Amino acid sequence: MSDSHAHGASSYYVPSHSHYPFTLALGLFALALAAVFNMNGKVPGWAMLPGAAVIIYVVVGWFGDVIRENRSGTFKGWEDRAFRLGMLYFIGSEVMFFAAFFGALFYVRQLAVPDLLSFDMLYPTYEGSWPLAGKGPSDAIPAFTPMGAWGLPALNTGLLLTSGVTVTIAHWALLRDNRTWLILGLAATVLLGAAFMACQAVEYHHAYTELGLTLGSGVYGSTFFMLTGFHGLHVTIGAIILAVVLGRTLKGHFSSKDHFAFEAAAWYWHFVDVVWLGLFVFVYWL
Amino acid sequence: MSTGSIAAHGHDDHAHHGPTGLARWLFTTNHKDIGTMYLMFSMIMFLIGGSLILSVRAELFQPGIQIIQPELFNQLIGLHALVMIFAALMPAATGFANWMLPLQIGAPDMALPRLNNWGFWLLPPAGTILLMPLVLYLFGIGTGGADAGWTLYPPLSAQSGWGIDFAILALHLMGISSVMGSINVVVTILNMRAPGMTMMKLPMFAWGWLMTAFLLIATIPVLAGAITMLLTDRHFGTHFFDAAGGGDPILFQHLFWFFGHPEVYILLLPIWGFIPHILETFARKPMYGYKAQVWSLVCIAALSVIVWAHHFFTAGMPVQALIYFMYSTMSISVPLAVLFFCWIATIWRGSMTFETPMLFALGFIILFGIGGLTGLVLADVAADAQYHHSYFVVAHFHYTLFAGGIMGVMAGVYYWLPKMTGHMYSEKLGKAHFWLTVISFNLTFMPQFFVGLAGMPRRIPDYALQFTEFNVISTIGAFALGLSQLIFVYNVVTTWRGKGEKATDGVWEGSKGLEWQLSSPPPHHSWDPQPVIK
Ligand code: HEM
Ligand SMILES: [Cu+2]
Repeated sequence: MSDSHAHGASSYYVPSHSHYPFTLALGLFALALAAVFNMNGKVPGWAMLPGAAVIIYVVVGWFGDVIRENRSGTFKGWEDRAFRLGMLYFIGSEVMFFAAFFGALFYVRQLAVPDLLSFDMLYPTYEGSWPLAGKGPSDAIPAFTPMGAWGLPALNTGLLLTSGVTVTIAHWALLRDNRTWLILGLAATVLLGAAFMACQAVEYHHAYTELGLTLGSGVYGSTFFMLTGFHGLHVTIGAIILAVVLGRTLKGHFSSKDHFAFEAAAWYWHFVDVVWLGLFVFVYWL
Repeated sequence: MSTGSIAAHGHDDHAHHGPTGLARWLFTTNHKDIGTMYLMFSMIMFLIGGSLILSVRAELFQPGIQIIQPELFNQLIGLHALVMIFAALMPAATGFANWMLPLQIGAPDMALPRLNNWGFWLLPPAGTILLMPLVLYLFGIGTGGADAGWTLYPPLSAQSGWGIDFAILALHLMGISSVMGSINVVVTILNMRAPGMTMMKLPMFAWGWLMTAFLLIATIPVLAGAITMLLTDRHFGTHFFDAAGGGDPILFQHLFWFFGHPEVYILLLPIWGFIPHILETFARKPMYGYKAQVWSLVCIAALSVIVWAHHFFTAGMPVQALIYFMYSTMSISVPLAVLFFCWIATIWRGSMTFETPMLFALGFIILFGIGGLTGLVLADVAADAQYHHSYFVVAHFHYTLFAGGIMGVMAGVYYWLPKMTGHMYSEKLGKAHFWLTVISFNLTFMPQFFVGLAGMPRRIPDYALQFTEFNVISTIGAFALGLSQLIFVYNVVTTWRGKGEKATDGVWEGSKGLEWQLSSPPPHHSWDPQPVIK
């Protein structure tokens, strides 16, 4: 923590009133209510659309405001530092969200599944070993084939690691004001992200149709789909952010000195990358 | 809403004169406005949470089932706790952070003003979602509010009605709000301090909040993960907490308390931050042991994330784990004791006066001390086998959360109200409020230690005959406690509306710190340019 920022007299940019935060809260309110009623069979799924639409409207508008402020030179080093710190801590909270699911995975693998053996209650052929591919007549653990590591998942690892390299190339180019490589690097990253998601979709399809592996396949299915599913969601979000950054680059937005949005997107992408490595090792491989 | 209008508005430079009336509050980016909204929300939810539990106390006035059926009883207990923790105490602390951190560290505002407003406006929807199923139930619709206690343990929570879903979604919204608020606090403290204010010159309140914010950022997402798993177990066929599928209900307890134990410190660290300010003001002596207090706060925050399993010693775990969690829990009392001694040393031989904030601060020290000592008893594995899930635990955490939490917040309200409103509150009513609160609080909760030690279980609407007398006392105390809070509400509201003499800038004779150099109330935009600290 450095204590020397060079401001003092210069004043911090405090935006004037904005309706977006309030509208966003309303959108989430509508979405959450619709979700609860939908889960309990009271309203159809499309009831969630209005809330979702409001949220998208706000995200576009609010970020639009911030981008316009940035373009008009509102943000100096002081504001920039606030955004950077904010993004870092936000990613920190995301890490802890995944930690909960990894914690659940380790817990069931190391404790719950083996311990159940000593209770002798599940079904006669229960072995208490991981992966918990059911052999027995059990509703909660139907027979299924666990997901292997060395097919699509290995390819996906390659895709994401490569995308980590391409985004770094883009960063390197940006710092040297080399627009060609910046655009190429970003475009490649977005494409690799999309390819990853496509492979993931194929893999899910394979799991459901051929392996008999579903969200309901015992705690193996639960941890598998929740971990990879939330990761996939984050890849999608990260790719959308990178695509926006690419679009802004094409409009000539960033410079070697002023590119917080690019760095935030890149940090986010690396975070998604690292989570995947954990997934590959502990969900697919070991 | 057309997108065309976005481009049209969206610009600054009419900074001072934003909208007026309702729109000012809905669309504000001003830390003082947002702080005020947090504090008002907190007070309203405090009254709602109190009413919920007074109906429970009414039922417990006598053994047997009188006025409330067990199904409703279960809802009232859990919702009371969720409302008090997430909608009364936490927003109160965030309200103070918004109001006072920028003033205390010489910043023009919070670092991320729009995010700030979003954080607040998530709360009213969340509170509505939390309580909606209870209200519907009272009109005969649906299966009622969350009825598995505030801890939402499966298998009960995996099987009971739709109230759990409402609670989960509400907790998600409140969680987003807390994480956003915390990010804002961290960035504000790290990035917005006046030139010359090094970390070791930070006001203690900022240190307390910084630790709270770290804990929230680290643990709220784990709670979010846990309740998401609960939701998918309920509706989407997963088996995280279902042994039939290889899962384990105890897993939920681990995840919940990984959040839940730090949460109790999240609630108290901001208060431990400003209590020393109050003590030094009214003892007219500098705060004792600034560095020791800072490091204690840091240690407590760090220790609080490694002790969680003391909440379910009786659920069954290896002896090694029991011993580890017992000793690590007990070790927290070391830095906590350091804080206590620093507070006492601060007032030691000071020239004290006993205005209402000071009374609440002193009451806080004594009563919260009882809460901490009884916690030590519960941390003993062998003793806890007897006391777990008894009324002893209820008494323990009310000494920490009501005396430590709510009374601490009240000390802060009385301390800063003249600064916030520019008017003095009624000292006479303040003192009456204090004494009535202290007496009725002890009347309510002291007997619960005894019935708990004698074996009365918590969360049950009926009890054995021999517990009757103490429960009668407790119920009478609770209603007195509830009614006494109306004095507080009256006092605050009238002060806010400009009754009472005008406050000076310093307000208190012994006040120190940047916030007291501004006018009372401070201008809409303060500390621009920033002061320079030598
Ligand atoms: C030295 C300090 C403390 C120690 C050693 C301690 C220890 C404990 C233990 C072992 C329990 C579990 C009892 C059981 O369920 O059998 C417990 C419960 C509880 N404690 Fe503390 N505690 C301390 C301070 C605090 C503080 C500062 C707070 C709040 C601000 C707090 C709030 C709670 C709550 C809310 C519960 C009950 C949760 C529930 O089961 O619903 N404690 N405490
Ligand atoms: Cu605890």
